[in-house]
Amino acid sequence: MSAPTFHGYVRPDGTVGIRNHVVVIPTVACANGVADSIARALPGVTALVHGHGCGRALEAGMHQAALAGLGKNPNVAGAVVIGLGCETVNAQLVASEIGSTGKPVECLMIQNEGGSRRTTDKGIATAGRMLRDASSMVRTERPVSDIVLGLECGGSDAFSGVTANPALGLVSDWLVDAGGTVVLTESTEMIGTAHILSRRAATPDIGERITRIVDEAEKRTRDILGPLASLVIAPGNMDGGMSSIQEKSLGCICKAGSRRIRGVVDYGQRPAAKGLMIMDGPGYDMESMAGLAAAGCQLMIFTTGRGNPAGFPVVPVLKVCSTSRVYRAMEDDMDVNAGEVLEGRALEDVAGEIRTCAVGIMNGRPAKAEVNGQGGILCLYAFTPAF
Amino acid sequence: MGYNASGQDIFSPQEAPNVKPNVIVIHAQDNVAIALEDIPEGGDVVMPGKRVFPAREKIPYSHKVACEDIPAGGVVRKYGEPIGRASALLPKGSWVHIHNLDTEEAGS
Repeated sequence: MSAPTFHGYVRPDGTVGIRNHVVVIPTVACANGVADSIARALPGVTALVHGHGCGRALEAGMHQAALAGLGKNPNVAGAVVIGLGCETVNAQLVASEIGSTGKPVECLMIQNEGGSRRTTDKGIATAGRMLRDASSMVRTERPVSDIVLGLECGGSDAFSGVTANPALGLVSDWLVDAGGTVVLTESTEMIGTAHILSRRAATPDIGERITRIVDEAEKRTRDILGPLASLVIAPGNMDGGMSSIQEKSLGCICKAGSRRIRGVVDYGQRPAAKGLMIMDGPGYDMESMAGLAAAGCQLMIFTTGRGNPAGFPVVPVLKVCSTSRVYRAMEDDMDVNAGEVLEGRALEDVAGEIRTCAVGIMNGRPAKAEVNGQGGILCLYAFTPAF
Repeated sequence: MGYNASGQDIFSPQEAPNVKPNVIVIHAQDNVAIALEDIPEGGDVVMPGKRVFPAREKIPYSHKVACEDIPAGGVVRKYGEPIGRASALLPKGSWVHIHNLDTEEAGS
């Protein structure tokens, strides 16, 4: 059998997009209005509005890198960066980092351009040009080894770890074996399994890093939640027959399959190697997806038990639900029903359906979250209060 | 079904034609299965592949049932990984949860 392929947009840096978005990136929330006005004037342009960019010291570098990473995402054809001028995040550096890919990028500073109206007009002209250029780009056949797949689970139930996540694990193994990249994140959902994950690390150094991020996630969870931490960590306080946090976490991490772990990256950082990777990051789905998109994932697969409909701007999100009950209740939001495993369908069969659906989405077929306009706003991870 | 006075399955492994499995085994090396419905005490646990044995106690929906005898101190496996040790002998058909599972040394 020949190697699996898809049709995508080859970028100047050699990465391959499965979508062809022109984006407007405000580097601070104060620039959201301008970014939004530009996007509303040009259907087809996406504004990545968010609530950050200033007022924080420890996250400033991480947010700057994440915003640049979103512009560098292979699904982006061109980017207009809208800065204010006095924010912590440096808009010029965000733009020049995006420009390092060879993609068209322009940076406009509201305080230099003469206010919101003038910046908006200039931004519409610039983004309009990028949109016309993007519309003439064509898809070419590429191997799936060009794909970086982000894994996500949210609104889990007792069967997420029985149907949807093990099926997704088979898909992860398939993509890694085909030479692609799979990114597992949500460090909080790895608590209790550091010894298992580090055993699968390609080198002792990677194993130590895994142990460190999982230990830190546990400490952070205990610090933030205090006595409530036992609700998510202590054995016996979990519903659905889970006897320990380790058992619950095994149900989460099994979506990454069984291959060797080739590296660990920080939140929003692009993996340098192919294969299975771990990205340090929070368990909150929206912030987690922003990190995966900034890390360069062109596609995300999101398993859900309770029925989470959220998508993400710029990156398609394929939804797999864990029970037929949720599939029937929210069929318009769910791409694949892994609940059929409970009715006797083989796990490999469901994995095959996820794979077929994923390749369809790579080729341009919209995921249900895209059809529903569930792109939402950008939620960036922050771990300290604003000052 | 044929069970003796102490509730043991005397025809094990037993065929149960036309009965759908009511548990799922996640990994081939697992010694616990997950109930897909509430299984009453004495009710049939129908494994994929149609092996049948009785539940020694009520197994709630989505909870674990021992699908082989697990000796006291024996490793309990789910996802092919140890999730704890049996704090007492867990005969096949036992409900496995925090009352009979030591999770402290699960990493061993």
